[in-house]
Amino acid sequence: MDLSTAVFYLVALITVGSALMVAFSRNIIYSAFSLLGAFGGVAGLYVFLGADFVAAVQLLIYVGGILILILFAVMLTHRITDVEITNRAAGRIPALIATGVFIYLLVQTVRETPWVKAKEIIYQPTTAKIGDLFLDSYLLPFELASLVLLAALIGAVVISRKEIKE
Amino acid sequence: MPGFSPNELSSYLIIGAIVFTLGLLTVLTRRNAISVLMGVELILNSANINYVAFSHFSSGNADGQIYAIFVIMLAAAEAAVGLAIVLAIFQIFHTIDVEAVETLRE
Repeated sequence: MDLSTAVFYLVALITVGSALMVAFSRNIIYSAFSLLGAFGGVAGLYVFLGADFVAAVQLLIYVGGILILILFAVMLTHRITDVEITNRAAGRIPALIATGVFIYLLVQTVRETPWVKAKEIIYQPTTAKIGDLFLDSYLLPFELASLVLLAALIGAVVISRKEIKE
Repeated sequence: MPGFSPNELSSYLIIGAIVFTLGLLTVLTRRNAISVLMGVELILNSANINYVAFSHFSSGNADGQIYAIFVIMLAAAEAAVGLAIVLAIFQIFHTIDVEAVETLRE
């Protein structure tokens, strides 16, 4: 087993293990921090897939933005002293059975399907290509995305501000 | 495990399937609204793994990566609005247990 395969196994293990922690940890702080491992592991997978720009975006937005936001929300909403009861789970056994059947079906489908692969797989920088696509064939979705972000920004401020009662 | 290597498409799809299922499990079982949002983030991440993997192993052009970036962008918007709603709920009900919050008014 060469080095890159070993690193791939490590990245896959970190991703799946952190996702397991998110799903099963009893303490929400641990859940939030293991989300860091899941997002970082997914960024590592993007590197293996030759998607350098997406990996950087993943680190910047997920780890640098969304994770911080989630941690802020955790700290703002629950009383740190009663940590034990903050991450209750209910209906775990039916959910485990249902998702167990589901993952079995998914994995079987993936393994039995004869995937057709490209003849040659190329590794090259993708940033210039993505920039060209954004300003060419994906220009309208790109502009709509900025509108969505603006609406989300204003909406978040409006929803979360304190009501002023007179 | 045979066929599980960085050069196989199916290994990425299996990781994506596992992460998706764990996200689904989180959404189904958690009673804390923030944990539910974390599960949604896991699900979106698994979809992104599939997009980028198919893009890498099939055509070699960057269309799948563009979709992944759009998904990341929408996930950021979703997190901002979702957590704002959670904070508003906490201000009104003083809890974010989704079973305790079942009325539309205070």
